[in-house]
Amino acid sequence: MYNYPDNGGHFGPYGGIYMAETLMPAVDELRRQYEHFRDDPEFKAEFAYELKHYVGRPSPIYHAKRLSEQFGGAQIYLKREDLNHTGAHKINNAIGQALLARRMGKKRVIAETGAGMHGVATATVAARFGMECVVYMGAEDVQRQAPNVFRMKLLGATVVPVESGSRTLKDACNEAIRDWVTNVETTFYIFGTAAGPHPYPMLVRDFQCVIGNEAKVQMPEMIGRQPDAVIACVGGGSNAIGIFHPYIDVEGVRLIGVEAGGHGIGSGQHAAPLTGNAKVGVLHGNKVYLMQDENGQIVETHSISAGLDYPGVGPEHCLLKDLHRAEYVAINDDEAIAAFDALCRFEGIIPALESSHALAHALKIAPTMGKDKALLVNLSGRGDKDMNTVARIKGITL
Amino acid sequence: MSRIQAVFDRLKAQQRKALIPFITAGDPDPQLTVPLLHALVGAGADVLELGVPFSDPMADGPTIQRASERALKNGVTLRSVLAMVAEFRQQDATTPVVLMGYGNPIEAMGWEAFAQRAAEAGVDGVLTVDFPPEESHAAFAHLEAHGLDPIFLLAPTTVDARIAEVAKLARGYVYYVSLKGVTGAGHLDLSAIEQKLPQLRKHIALPIGVGFGIRDAETARRVADLADAVVIGSRIVQEIEQSPRERVVDNVKQFVAGVRAALDKK
Ligand SMILES: Cc1ncc(COP(=O)(O)O)c(C=O)c1O
Repeated sequence: MYNYPDNGGHFGPYGGIYMAETLMPAVDELRRQYEHFRDDPEFKAEFAYELKHYVGRPSPIYHAKRLSEQFGGAQIYLKREDLNHTGAHKINNAIGQALLARRMGKKRVIAETGAGMHGVATATVAARFGMECVVYMGAEDVQRQAPNVFRMKLLGATVVPVESGSRTLKDACNEAIRDWVTNVETTFYIFGTAAGPHPYPMLVRDFQCVIGNEAKVQMPEMIGRQPDAVIACVGGGSNAIGIFHPYIDVEGVRLIGVEAGGHGIGSGQHAAPLTGNAKVGVLHGNKVYLMQDENGQIVETHSISAGLDYPGVGPEHCLLKDLHRAEYVAINDDEAIAAFDALCRFEGIIPALESSHALAHALKIAPTMGKDKALLVNLSGRGDKDMNTVARIKGITL
Repeated sequence: MSRIQAVFDRLKAQQRKALIPFITAGDPDPQLTVPLLHALVGAGADVLELGVPFSDPMADGPTIQRASERALKNGVTLRSVLAMVAEFRQQDATTPVVLMGYGNPIEAMGWEAFAQRAAEAGVDGVLTVDFPPEESHAAFAHLEAHGLDPIFLLAPTTVDARIAEVAKLARGYVYYVSLKGVTGAGHLDLSAIEQKLPQLRKHIALPIGVGFGIRDAETARRVADLADAVVIGSRIVQEIEQSPRERVVDNVKQFVAGVRAALDKK
C-alpha cells in the first residue's frame, strides 16, 4: 500500500522539515491543526460547500474531438480546471488553507506567486473571508504577468515585487518565508504548491486531490473506463499530484508529469529537475531534486511559463519518479506554444502556458497510440494572463 | 578539549563575556577575509562566525543577503571558504571558527567529506540555519566523528520540548536568536530576552550566546549582562559594505574594539 508521508513529512528520502528554528513551532502547529481538522465533518462540509458554490466544482471533463482528430491516434480529454473561479486549480488549495487560517485565528495571509494564479487565488479568498493579504512576486514575473498583478490589487491585496536573486518564483518564496519568520504569530502562509516544509506537501496535495477524485468518477461515466494515461504539468507539482494521487493505486493508468524544458534540457536553460537528473538538495524547507551547481548554489532556471520556472519540485513527485510509478518528461518553450495555438484554434480554449506543456506532451504521444486509447490532460488553468507573453513571442505589441 | 570549550572556560574564570562577530566569507572580496578574521581577533573577538554564502539566504535580511551576493559574484564556494580557514589557522591556532550558513552547499559536498575537510582546515563548529534537530541526526553524526561542534539556534518561539531536544544534540554553545525576524532587523527586546533565558538554562548547560538585532556597544553590554556571549553580524557586515576597500579592515577593527571595551567595562 502506498501511504506517504511518514509522521515527519518524509516521502521516502524526500520532503521533511528543513526550516529555521523560528518557524519550526509554526509548521508544527499547522500540522497539528490540519491533522485535527481534516477529519472534522464541519471542516469537510465547509470545504465542499466552498468548492461547489464559490469555485464552481465539479469541473467538467471535455472530449477534445477536433484536436484528437487533427493529431490522429489517442482521444484527448481535458480536465477543465481552467473553468474554476479565478481560472486555475490554485483556488482549490487557497480555499482549503484559508479555512484553516480562519480556524487558527489568523487575520493576515501571505503567499508567493510565479504566474500570479496562486496570488490571485489567495487574494480572492482573502477578500472572501475578510483577511489582510500580501503577495510576494518576483520582479521579472510582475512584468511577465502584469494582468494578474492588477487583478490582485483590485482584490485588495498588496503585491510586493521581489528584486533579489533571479527575481522569479524561488525568490518570491524566500521573501514570503522572511515575512513569515517576522510575523509568525499573526500570519498564515498560504503556500501555493505541493512542496515546502511538512505539512505543506501533504496538505496541498489533499486539497488538490478533488481534481483526481472527480476525474475518477467522470471518466467511467464518459467512456466506461479510466484513461490510459493522466498527464499534467509540473512546476512545484500541485495540479499534477492532485490528479495523480487518486490514481496511484489504479493499475494500468500511466501517470506522466511534464516539466518545463525551456530552451531544451541539453541547453541547461530549463526548469526540469526531474527530467534533467538534478542532484538531490535542500531548499524552501524540503529535500528534493533540485537544480544547482556543483557547489550547491541554486541555479537560475528558464521557462516561458512563470508558473513552471522553479528549480525544485515537490517531494512526492521525487518519490514517484524513483518508484517508477510516474514518468517525467520535458516540453520545450516552442512545443508549448505550438500546443497553446492548437487548442485555441481547434477547440476554442485558450490554455495557460503551464497547462500547454501538459497538452503538448499529449499531442506528442497521441499519434503513436490507437484511436481507442484515452489521454486525460489536466488543463490546470486558462491563458488570459499570458496574452502579453504570447504576443511578445509572436512579435505583436498589444 | 575543544577550542570553543577552552575559550568559554577561560572567559568564565575571568568573569568576562564572549564576543562573537560574524562576517560573510569573501565579502567584500576573498583577499580581505583572512585579514578581517585576524583583525577581529585583534579587536577582542573570542569566537569567529564565518558565513558561507548561499544563493537563497532565506533567514537573512537585506544586509547579509547583499554580502552573500557579493561573495558569490567573487566566486566564493564552500571549498574556498575552507581554504580561507586553513590560511587563517596558519597564524592563529587558538581562536575558534564556526561556519554558519545553509545546508545545501554541505549536502552538495557530502556531509562526511565536508566534516573531514572542515576538521583538517581547522573549523571548530558548524551552524546550518535550515537544519533543525529533526533532520540533523545523520548529518551531525559526521560532524561529531570529526570533532566538530554542531551549533544550534533557538528562537523566542521555541517551546520546552524543542529546547530539550536541542540540548541533547548541541555542542560548543547555543545561539539564541533574540527576535522573531531575519538577521539585521532592529526590534530587539531586552526584557523578552531576560524572560526567556531562564527557560533555556533549565535545559541547557552549554554557554548561551544571544544575537540578531545587536547594533551598538551599549546594547551589546546589556545583552552580555544576561547571556554568556554576544553575537554581532549585520552591523559589522554593514561596516564592511559602507567602507572604502582600503578602510574595511580598520573600520571593522575599530567598531569591534568599541564593543569589546563596553563588554569589559566593570
Ligand atoms: C495554470 C497553472 N498551472 C500549473 C502551475 C504550476 O504549479 P503546480 O505545479 O503547483 O501545479 C501554475 C503555477 O503558477 C499555474 O498557474
